[in-house]
Amino acid sequence: MTFAHRHLLGIEHLAPHDITAILDLAESYVEMNRQPAKHSDVLAGLTQINMFFENSTRTQASFELAGLRLGADVMNMAMQASSVKKGETLIDTALTLNAMRPDLLVVRHPHSGAVDLLAQKVKCAVLNAGDGRHEHPTQALLDALTIRRAKGRLHRLSIAICGDIAHSRVARSNILLLGKMENRIRLIGPPTLIPAGIDEFGVEVFEDMQQGLADVDVVMMLRLQKERMDGGFIPSEREYYHRFGLDAEKLALAKPDAIIMHPGPMNRGVEIDGTLADDINRSVIQDQVEMGVAVRMAAMELLARNLRSGPEGAA
Amino acid sequence: MTVTLFQNARLIDPEADTDAPGHLLVRDGKIDEALPENIEFESMFRARNIAPETVTVIDCNNRYLAPGIVDIGVKVCEPGERHKESYRSAGLAAAAGGVTTIVTRPDTTPAIDTPETLEFVRRRANEAAPVNVLPMAALTKGREGREMTEIGFLMDAGAVAFTDCDHVVSDTRVFSRALTYARSLGALVIAHPQEPGLSRGAAATSGKFASLRGLPAVSPMAERMGLDRDIALIEMTGARYHADQITTARALPALKRAKANGLDITAGIGIHHLTLNEFDVADYRTFFKLKPPLRPESDRQAVIEALQTGLIDIISSMHTPQDEESKRLPFEEAASGAVALETLLPAALRLYHSGQISLNALFRALALNPAKRLGLDSGRLAAGAPADLVLFDANAPFVLDRATLNSKSRNTPFDGARMQGRVLATYVAGQAVYRRE
Repeated sequence: MTFAHRHLLGIEHLAPHDITAILDLAESYVEMNRQPAKHSDVLAGLTQINMFFENSTRTQASFELAGLRLGADVMNMAMQASSVKKGETLIDTALTLNAMRPDLLVVRHPHSGAVDLLAQKVKCAVLNAGDGRHEHPTQALLDALTIRRAKGRLHRLSIAICGDIAHSRVARSNILLLGKMENRIRLIGPPTLIPAGIDEFGVEVFEDMQQGLADVDVVMMLRLQKERMDGGFIPSEREYYHRFGLDAEKLALAKPDAIIMHPGPMNRGVEIDGTLADDINRSVIQDQVEMGVAVRMAAMELLARNLRSGPEGAA
Repeated sequence: MTVTLFQNARLIDPEADTDAPGHLLVRDGKIDEALPENIEFESMFRARNIAPETVTVIDCNNRYLAPGIVDIGVKVCEPGERHKESYRSAGLAAAAGGVTTIVTRPDTTPAIDTPETLEFVRRRANEAAPVNVLPMAALTKGREGREMTEIGFLMDAGAVAFTDCDHVVSDTRVFSRALTYARSLGALVIAHPQEPGLSRGAAATSGKFASLRGLPAVSPMAERMGLDRDIALIEMTGARYHADQITTARALPALKRAKANGLDITAGIGIHHLTLNEFDVADYRTFFKLKPPLRPESDRQAVIEALQTGLIDIISSMHTPQDEESKRLPFEEAASGAVALETLLPAALRLYHSGQISLNALFRALALNPAKRLGLDSGRLAAGAPADLVLFDANAPFVLDRATLNSKSRNTPFDGARMQGRVLATYVAGQAVYRRE
């Protein structure tokens, strides 16, 4: 199994066989993570730095756990509190990091493209943990693994992605990934939250949630961020919930065995009805969190293999 | 009396609409006459009482000789940010690019909005730059869109046009008064047509590419809305108006109507919007971040067509120096703009080599039209016009290396690009200010 990438910056650069490779390896880690002794040494001796320029609890914890279970030395750097405030540029940060000689760098940044920029300047493997509105590749991969396990396949499914598509890196990465795997993608949301030109991505756009959910296999809800309301994208939370919130009535239009997904953290009563989110027969939201650790373990292992087999690793 | 004969040239005269072999006689810094290819030199000199031995002869080797470029909208970073570009470095860059007149922007720090600052700038420019420098002044104080500047005093001090550059005067009342006042003095107002509410924070043109890259984007319609408003104000005030950059297909019908209705309006475009499109940004290359942002290819083709028909009058470099620190940032945070004085002509020649525009039409937009709009005598090869000239090889291929640029800032999107066409020499008032080794 080869994975010919130095970094994991986005789904855009991955081929379907890359995606399958990560998911297949992740399956083995799902099994391992369910054992009492969940530890491997594939990253032993390697240093992983988690650099979050934007608040995150869940993603950072997931990456940290993934690194620890594979035996890496993991360090977290909360970049908001540190030198960024002192005016250090991203390039300076990269140079500083190079001197610390990390092997794996996990980065989240509020600006689209910032992780690409950092990756050009550092010598280690970079994993994008979310950049602006651009991509969040490990989220799309964990969603894919969740779907594949729930539905038994990752192709020819009808998948609805609902909510704030315009500002969502999760949506972008999912559209790219699910498109590459040949699924039918439907985007549902108010027109103010649907990005321009998105129909050219080979998706169908629905402004009416009832129509959009008809006979889908997967309902993927997105988080509605509070600041979107101040920006005048939607009139109010209650109108949004009425038209685009997922409740039992709307879900009834999807296939009877349709699953409900959400990248978290959820706004219960804004984009999703609380009892639906907790419905163990339909909601796979907890599975997504579990798959997240496994997928991140797999991605880091594949990148680390390339690190070791490269000229520096051989020396 | 000094006499120079440019012999064996291929003469481009956009005014006469000619592109033919010939010779150009220059006397005391002014063009005497464009001579036909087969002229008898001895009798020609005799008829003019010129002693042949006093004539400096420049053999042009059948290369193109055209009026020097008049570039409206060059940013020189004095006062304020001389480390980015000084009058000296901008002047050298202009000379190397075949630009004989730079018309400078007032978006410096502080803005050029008083006669005193303008005089400082003119003094600096005349000492340091080998080419003609004509300053523009701000239309409103501090380019803040609240109070008009001393347009009369600034004109006396030498301001050739008034502009707030990329700041839109969003208060329509302030803008209409400034236009009315400028009209009474015959001043030219240059504006950036844009709806500022829509374009706030935008780093790209909305559409598939911006969505894929996750960049905040502005609809191309914002340009048309800005232009529509400005056209209404010109109709209301009768002002002389030039739109700095018309870059979208959507804005063209309005421009066409305004011209047909006899309004005193002209339009420009930056060279990058004629030669690049939004996909050139690729993986967040900030040297391609411009204001307005690069457009889809369909817009680029539409504005090229508008240039062919003369609907768009003027090509500018929109030369905007930025240092590495302000460009080596995530795309949204990076500064906008690109240097272009030295790449303007080779980039413009791409349109000639692709068969989309004749050299005459190109120099009409690069030299004649901007000169006419500013009331200058240059931009043509007619008798009495200043001998501001560019000698170039339209075909010489090269790969641009930004390290070779004269500009202090080297933020060009053309680094490593294959280009065709090189400036061999540049003359201002008959004197060589640049010669390619």
